[in-house]
Amino acid sequence: MILDGKIPAGPLEEKWTHYRSTVPLVAPNNKRRIDIIVVGTGLAGASAAASLGELGYNVKAFTFHDSPRRAHSIAAQGGINAAKNYRNDGDSVYRLFYDTIKGGDYRAREGNVYRLAEVSADIIDQAVAQGVPFAREYGGLLENRSFGGVQVSRTFYARGQTGQQLLLGAYQALSRQVSLGAVELYNRHEMLDVVVVDGKARGIIARNLLTGKLERHAAHCVVLATGGYGNVFYLSTNAMMCNVSAAWRAVRRGALMANPCFTQIHPTCIPQSGDYQSKLTLMSESLRNDGRVWVPKKQEDAKAIREGRKTALDIAEDDRDYFLERRYPAFGNLVPRDVASRAAKVACDEGLGVAPTGLAVFMDFSAAIQRYGQSKAHNAGMHDADKAAITELGEKVVEEKYGNLFEMYEKITGENPYKMPMKIYPAVHYTMGGLWVDYNLETNIPGLFAIGECNFSDHGANRLGASALMQGLADGYFVLPYTIGAFLSNEIRTPKFDPAREEFAKAEADTQTRINTLLGIKGNQSVESFHRRLGHIMWTYCGMARTAEGLNQARTMLRELRDEFYKDVFVPGSNEEYNPELEKALRVADFLEQGELMILDALNRNESCGGHFREEYQDEGGEAKRDDQNYRYVAAWEYTGWENEPVLHKEQLEFENVELKTRSYK
Amino acid sequence: MKLTLKIWRQGGKYKGELVTYQLNDVNPHMSFLEMLDVLNEELIAKKESPVAFEHDCREGICGTCSMVINGYPHGPQAKTTTCQLHMRHFKDGDTIVIEPFRARAFPVVRDLVVDRAAFDRIIQAGGYISVNTGQAQDANSTPIEKDLSAHAFDAAECIGCGACVAACPNASAMLFVSAKVSHLALLPQGKPEAARRVQNMVKQMDAEGFGMCSNVTACEAECPKGISVTNIARLNREFISSEFGSETQV
Repeated sequence: MILDGKIPAGPLEEKWTHYRSTVPLVAPNNKRRIDIIVVGTGLAGASAAASLGELGYNVKAFTFHDSPRRAHSIAAQGGINAAKNYRNDGDSVYRLFYDTIKGGDYRAREGNVYRLAEVSADIIDQAVAQGVPFAREYGGLLENRSFGGVQVSRTFYARGQTGQQLLLGAYQALSRQVSLGAVELYNRHEMLDVVVVDGKARGIIARNLLTGKLERHAAHCVVLATGGYGNVFYLSTNAMMCNVSAAWRAVRRGALMANPCFTQIHPTCIPQSGDYQSKLTLMSESLRNDGRVWVPKKQEDAKAIREGRKTALDIAEDDRDYFLERRYPAFGNLVPRDVASRAAKVACDEGLGVAPTGLAVFMDFSAAIQRYGQSKAHNAGMHDADKAAITELGEKVVEEKYGNLFEMYEKITGENPYKMPMKIYPAVHYTMGGLWVDYNLETNIPGLFAIGECNFSDHGANRLGASALMQGLADGYFVLPYTIGAFLSNEIRTPKFDPAREEFAKAEADTQTRINTLLGIKGNQSVESFHRRLGHIMWTYCGMARTAEGLNQARTMLRELRDEFYKDVFVPGSNEEYNPELEKALRVADFLEQGELMILDALNRNESCGGHFREEYQDEGGEAKRDDQNYRYVAAWEYTGWENEPVLHKEQLEFENVELKTRSYK
Repeated sequence: MKLTLKIWRQGGKYKGELVTYQLNDVNPHMSFLEMLDVLNEELIAKKESPVAFEHDCREGICGTCSMVINGYPHGPQAKTTTCQLHMRHFKDGDTIVIEPFRARAFPVVRDLVVDRAAFDRIIQAGGYISVNTGQAQDANSTPIEKDLSAHAFDAAECIGCGACVAACPNASAMLFVSAKVSHLALLPQGKPEAARRVQNMVKQMDAEGFGMCSNVTACEAECPKGISVTNIARLNREFISSEFGSETQV
């Protein structure tokens, strides 16, 4: 199989403009006759379904939630990047492109990333027009802040709830199309298979989660906007229901999964406190604008803190190691996520961790509180303000900027972060890997598209902060509505598909068999317990640091776990009812397969790049050692049944506009 | 901690009743939902049907959790969703009563799970600004006063959980509807269709079977996002002015 990324020819800056001017169109009268299925209603899915509906296509949108507004995009906190250069600080489309390519450690396509940077500005315009209340300055114009891995302020934000506000914007646009009859909404429906007819994706099998009934839905093409698979690690910042099943079912039908080992570990999450824990909570990257990350210099101080004999406040300034500022003076606390996460791990591995588990570092706002307080006092003409007054003023500024995050931290930990530094530790947050797609966002199965986190396309081996919202909305609002025409313009004479066809019947029967198998095992262990064990294997061996030896071991363990699952899992209830345990079982079954592919991919990639850190490949300073000679490619895996090894297909990455360098934030 | 739970079970073998469960080893650092996870693991180990409850993000933002704890939607802690409520706020030996959100417009699906699709239909009736993708002007072409924008934001923070309805003795959805009406009516972008919006949303709200507002204000007290009842006053004003003040027929 030759993987063709279908990047348009021509200079980088003209590719997308030229493409848009030449891609075949579907006339309005023909759009009315074409059906599109969109699975998932997060930022990518809702924006795509709304935009396609506006264009005149017949859209069916599916969500497994009770409402499209619940998708996990809602939880994104910090912001969304756009090359607006409203700050006059030297930003440009090229710079956003360059930062993203470099941030991704040169493992993404130039053409895709440049297009992303180009449309970024349109997203902000669109969102503001929808009523998204981005932060503003006193002059009434939009405010910005900075995020990791960049030296400009290009991040637009809506308090600590940017994802919520953007999703509500997309949800409302989608709701409008529902009211106009352009989109038919199926809530509480989970896609369990994709139906391929004569080599093209023509429908899905969905389970009605209220009744358990399997439904066949046909269309001219299928768009997957079903998010990432971070929950393969069990504990992650993803929502509880986030899963890989839609993407994995596509893989089982022949779609390729690209770079599955590229996982983002976010440096600033609230550390795990016990075995009962069900998920981890992110503390937004925006906090690193003002939070200084440190551990005690001395092991005995760290030990005293772990044992509760000392607190952060007892450690003198000289006895603190602000390790990000020390190791990366140029970017300081705002180094990219992969770099910050590894540095925190190194500190904890050296015995300097500050939580009882040994797995936490401090993020400290006291300096920022003083700085803001002094500036406020100065503004107010309070020239002899004492420390308490300055602290009070400073805390108010910090509260205005991050109030809801501080509140969330306090609710979960019971500690006041205004007075005591936060304790944070890295956690799984995002998956850069995903379904392989070309420039059209089309998988190798014609008519099957993947957008948002579900695809692999734009973030390479590491995603920069505030880029996920950008990519999801870019794909949904501004890219897919054009590129889908490349496929659909050849389908205007294709009649509607009858779901009674044998391909649909077969896919439904396959799905029914999977369900019956799980219900029929009637073993003794809960789905949750298997998921937890899977997560433990993945985190230990395929998490922040990986070795060939560990990965090989993990593969064996995972296979054993999968066998045990199919012998001893207990799924209560029946198919013909509302049954969350059955839903979970189907998802965990897919994670148990996807996990193995991640391990294989991590084993294959004998280099360290971005979020993929193989301990064998690092320099003397512990920085990642990339191997451009041998691994400058996208690893796209073809599933061929577990009795065979998955087949690796390589798409070479060509860099014509940027020079490949060692990524340095020093 | 040892706890006694009285949980509403409905569906399967349960016709609709409070069932009592004992938990003997609850860690105070657990979230409320993690405590229910533990209960469900115990039930599954005994091959009994687990308690159905909805949840997803567990960060207090998706609005999925929908239970009434000791009489309070989302429990006794102010401005907190159930998923952000931690067991340290309960005492060893406590009895906790857990029920679903109750309202005619929110039929029970199973146990603690209710159907809130009525909220979606209200948004579909008009809770949006009509702008197609690509029609927008430059984001900075309309300055919006910072405080006004913040005001709109306060209303936009609604997570659509339905606690306001569950808290209201009339099961009124006025706080939910007013939050969206306020958010959009306050912004210049939302003004052109403000009259049409409020008319259509109120009409749908009534059609869904939500009750009338009688200014009890329990909704504000129980709202996990602290949405203010002043939004209801704005809704009323918008509604009345749309009836009398508009030149266009809505």
